[in-house]
Amino acid sequence: MIGSLLAWFTDPANWSGDDGIPYRLWQHLWYTAVTMLVAALVAVPLGLWVGHTGRARWLVSLANSVRAVPTLGLLLAASLWLGPKLPGDLAYVVPSIGVLAILAVPPLLAGTYGGIGAVDPSARDAAYGVGMRGRQVLWQVEVPNALPLMMSGVRSAVLQVVATATIAAYLGLGGLGRFIIDGIKLGDYAEAAGGALLVALLAIGLEGLLAFVQRRVVSPGLTGRAVGGSRNDDEREGREDPADATVDLRTPA
Amino acid sequence: MKRTTSAVALVAASILGLTACGGGDDPLAGDTGSESASGGGGAIVVGGADFSESTLLAEIYAGALQAQGIDASTKLNIGSREVYLRALQDDSVQVFPEYTGALALFYDDSYDGTDADEVYAHVQEVIPDDLTVLEKSAAEDNDSLNVTQETADEYSLTTIEDLQSVAGDLTLAAPPEFKERPQGIPGLEEEYGVTFGSFRPLSGQAIVQALANGQAEVANIFSTDPSIAENGFVTLEDTKKLFGSQNIVPLVRADRADEVKDALNAVSAVLTTEAIADMLKQTDIEKKDPQEVAQQFLSDNGLDG
Amino acid sequence: MDWLSSHWDEVVQLAGDHLYLAGIPLVVGLVLSVPLGWMAKRWSRAYPVVVTTTGLLYTIPSLALFVVMPLILGTQILDPINVIVAMSIYTIALLARTVADGLKAVPDHVEQAATAMGYRGLRRLVGVELPLAVPVISAGLRVAAVSNVSIVSVASIVGVAQLGNLLIDGFNRVIWGELITGIVATVLLALALDALIVLGSRMLTPWQRAAGGHP
Repeated sequence: MIGSLLAWFTDPANWSGDDGIPYRLWQHLWYTAVTMLVAALVAVPLGLWVGHTGRARWLVSLANSVRAVPTLGLLLAASLWLGPKLPGDLAYVVPSIGVLAILAVPPLLAGTYGGIGAVDPSARDAAYGVGMRGRQVLWQVEVPNALPLMMSGVRSAVLQVVATATIAAYLGLGGLGRFIIDGIKLGDYAEAAGGALLVALLAIGLEGLLAFVQRRVVSPGLTGRAVGGSRNDDEREGREDPADATVDLRTPA
Repeated sequence: MKRTTSAVALVAASILGLTACGGGDDPLAGDTGSESASGGGGAIVVGGADFSESTLLAEIYAGALQAQGIDASTKLNIGSREVYLRALQDDSVQVFPEYTGALALFYDDSYDGTDADEVYAHVQEVIPDDLTVLEKSAAEDNDSLNVTQETADEYSLTTIEDLQSVAGDLTLAAPPEFKERPQGIPGLEEEYGVTFGSFRPLSGQAIVQALANGQAEVANIFSTDPSIAENGFVTLEDTKKLFGSQNIVPLVRADRADEVKDALNAVSAVLTTEAIADMLKQTDIEKKDPQEVAQQFLSDNGLDG
Repeated sequence: MDWLSSHWDEVVQLAGDHLYLAGIPLVVGLVLSVPLGWMAKRWSRAYPVVVTTTGLLYTIPSLALFVVMPLILGTQILDPINVIVAMSIYTIALLARTVADGLKAVPDHVEQAATAMGYRGLRRLVGVELPLAVPVISAGLRVAAVSNVSIVSVASIVGVAQLGNLLIDGFNRVIWGELITGIVATVLLALALDALIVLGSRMLTPWQRAAGGHP
């Protein structure tokens, strides 16, 4: 099994052309990026608004229950409904990205809303105390303080999208999922396993990248780095009390 | 402490209890198959692939077996030939509706016979020892290449050969396995010199939709599929019989063949292409249940015990 | 909902199968996560190892895991046990870290008080730390439950029967009633499991409901 897997990876035919690993990898990245953009356009403003004003909290609960909807079912329904109405490749791309984006909203929203909610109230009070107005408080105090959790939400969402995009291959979408689905259909388990490995590697790579971004973007005051690192050596960097874990746990494909 | 233990026990018990009673009869056995009186011999599981016709045939075979008192159930939606052949060999299923030509080619990829009896004889020669085929039926279901009326008019297409000069500009939609199978893309290139510009691997209904909505100009649809007539597609003639003879035949494990051959041969004796096409119209266009349609067929032919 | 009323039995059967395939891994995964999470909390060097490994397991796409399982386990290709093992792996991947974090959230002084009272080792874990970690663990378990129910429907692509079959058949034959029923039934199943876990969690933490006045 490992032998045939290695053979699949080292076969030069698998590295060129439309069916090749580089092209599919690029497709997968592209789908992920577009999906995240669409989801962020919805989730981030919404999360900031709900977190800052404290209104319409039911929106967050609603978003969380969206996690219960099966990805495959939504993909099939969207494809059946929208497919006939769209020309060419759009018939596959639009329903897929639409569904993937809908499913990426809950973790993003949870991260954004939770992040604002976890902001130290005394920081907020101090901001109002020095005369800042609502919007200033939001952007200059709340958002920077909420960044750790927001980034956590982003990381969860990205992981989820990378994984769920593989299922969309069942409906004709490209990307790394093609190797998995085609491999299954053909009984070529080396191809299927190869595709799975690539997805896992992509996810890990993106996770590492985002962790790096998080470290750069989050204020040192929050991570305790500026204070000489007296915090625990575990992953507490910028995370709030883990007992508050109603937020940003991932849902996979 | 007591309250904790009892609470934990309650939650665990309710989850397990729900799954146990919800699972009904052993969820590890076949899915939506019906029960029956137990006859001689053990239970038989009839498998089916993930397209309507295979489901229909599986239900027909299972129904015929039950009518003879055999405890038969179905296991449907099994992905592809490569997968379900393994299922047959590891005894997850014991019976599977198959096609003579496809079987012959699967086990002997250089075979090019096309006569129905010849193909059947060849199948018997090349399949592994632990499997066997029962009598074949007259009913056939071949791969076929289809285009829309507009495409046929535009390029003056009536046979597959006509595609030779234009295929480079066209997209083919077919199941993923079509890419590698000898009767698929390699065969088209070899026999007809037809090489498509691009290939869309799709499943089931998505292929019909792709052809109907323009994501592909040519589509591989099974010849008995009612969607061909429904959508006014044009089937291109297979002049060189690349898709060969594809008589429907039960593929069974050699060690269970004796138990099932009476019931299944009786089915094969009355199964025709027209009957299949008509039944598929009922399941796919009229949305009737495959099980009901199968039962109707069996009773119309006096095979429902 | 004509389709549903004429196919009620079939839907209930498939729902039961679905619950079995999603629920058993929850129990198995939880049971196996407790020792893992405890180890990660107890030895600080184990924590990143556990978190990274479980994170890795999580990135494997479900479809691929279902397919590869028979090869790893040596089981029959259509055996539902493949799905159950795969789902248990996902559950552990989600819960190991949650259990560790939940145990970590137990304040030090509580731990010390318990030790002073004579609770040690396993007894302290089961009698004091785990009960206090219940809110965190149950939050994780809820997410695991909902996601398990969603992933299991993908198993139809490899021929294991459950509610996902309604999705595939509904799509193939273009029967909207079946497709919608499949989606709604899956959502309801997930919400039901979620509610069950909330109920269990509330029963296990009576002190959170105490209306004050109790020390």
